[in-house]
Amino acid sequence: MSKYSVTIEINGSNFTREVDSRLLLVHFLREDLQMTGTHIGCDTSHCGACTVLMNGRSVKSCTLFTVQANGKSLKTIEGMENGGALHPLQEGFHEEHGLQCGFCTPGMIMRGAELLEKNPDPTEEEIRWGISGNLCRCTGAVNIVKAIQYAAEKMQKEAA
Amino acid sequence: MIPPSFEYLNPSQISEAIAMLQKHGEEAKILAGGHSLIPAMRLRLSEPNYLIDINGIEGLDYIREDGGQIRIGALTRETELEESEVIQEKYPLLLDTVKMIADPSVRNLATVGGNLAHGDPGNDHPATMLALRAVVEVEGPNGSREICIDDFFPDFFTTALEPDEILTEIRIPSPPPGSGGAYLKIERKVGDYAAAAVACQLNIDSTGTIQDIGIGLTNVGSIPIRASSTEELLKGKNPNDNMIEEAGRLSAADSEPMDDLRGSAEYKRALVDELTQRAIKLSLQRAEGSR
Repeated sequence: MSKYSVTIEINGSNFTREVDSRLLLVHFLREDLQMTGTHIGCDTSHCGACTVLMNGRSVKSCTLFTVQANGKSLKTIEGMENGGALHPLQEGFHEEHGLQCGFCTPGMIMRGAELLEKNPDPTEEEIRWGISGNLCRCTGAVNIVKAIQYAAEKMQKEAA
Repeated sequence: MIPPSFEYLNPSQISEAIAMLQKHGEEAKILAGGHSLIPAMRLRLSEPNYLIDINGIEGLDYIREDGGQIRIGALTRETELEESEVIQEKYPLLLDTVKMIADPSVRNLATVGGNLAHGDPGNDHPATMLALRAVVEVEGPNGSREICIDDFFPDFFTTALEPDEILTEIRIPSPPPGSGGAYLKIERKVGDYAAAAVACQLNIDSTGTIQDIGIGLTNVGSIPIRASSTEELLKGKNPNDNMIEEAGRLSAADSEPMDDLRGSAEYKRALVDELTQRAIKLSLQRAEGSR
């Protein structure tokens, strides 16, 4: 099978590579680009550990071929900090102890980013529905909700 | 698991995509949102030699209300349906449904057309579209044709689409004043298929008499099921509690569930019974509110 040339903007930089049609986006990120912050959990689009933003929308990178991301703009967990300063969501997960093992955290943060972009002041229920496609097997999600609330408050203050 | 190799085709026009389907026939699959197809490929349930990615085709992604109907482009993402003002205001059945489909990240890619064209009786839009009496438009080498939703699902995982046709649009009659609808689904967890689900759409006049009613059932048979006996019972009636209980029993009788991990056939029939009653009551409430 022939290779396909893709150019994808990831965290502000363009990457051009030759890829197999069947190469999944999560494998492209982790194995071709060594961006291992995006995790593989269930590998079946249920758990959300592989969540990244594509053109601003959260998507599960285990259920997307790399060729489908050609010409698109991606953001991964590696792109969240800004010049060494944590993003409010990253800070929130730290302050509110929003993780134990940390495996789901990159996906939770990327999903949280789109959620807060669309709804800067979500209710607890809206957060719970908002992260319903991201599973955490440690925390019971209580502190994850608090972490997203922390980020929402901080981002609103920054915007004010 | 990594899916089998395939040749990736990336048309920019529908006519081009149809020509590719004509050339490759059953060896090709259309890639829309991919959230049924890619998992199926990973499990080797589907091994297409050619994937025709229609995401680069302009003009298949819209929600437009005109001429007494709403037209939904086949490539419209579930999220776009969920966030559409006209859907939020006038189509409570569609809004209920979309919120129960998978999860927010999946809905960002999954498409309304794909949910129908996959032909899975466990998908949620088929029952919804039965209740709404939708028509789908498909395009092939000889132009386009309309297919009534009742004729679209002839068999298990089979649709009325010919191998060289593409679903392009879903058309739903605009509900008149006094309309209401609801979708009630029991799922084990977010993202699962329904153990059972019921879609109801109805219209009442000023006396509360039901003028029109559509009821569709999800995942309780080899195809999405129209609960015809329930519709016949309630059309032209001003239903009391006894009649709604009878409606639940008739829907359960119209369903054909099988035992599986989501429950026994008996349990699923009981769900259809109860969910039908609740969906009718909620639809009636919403219809009162919209008059």
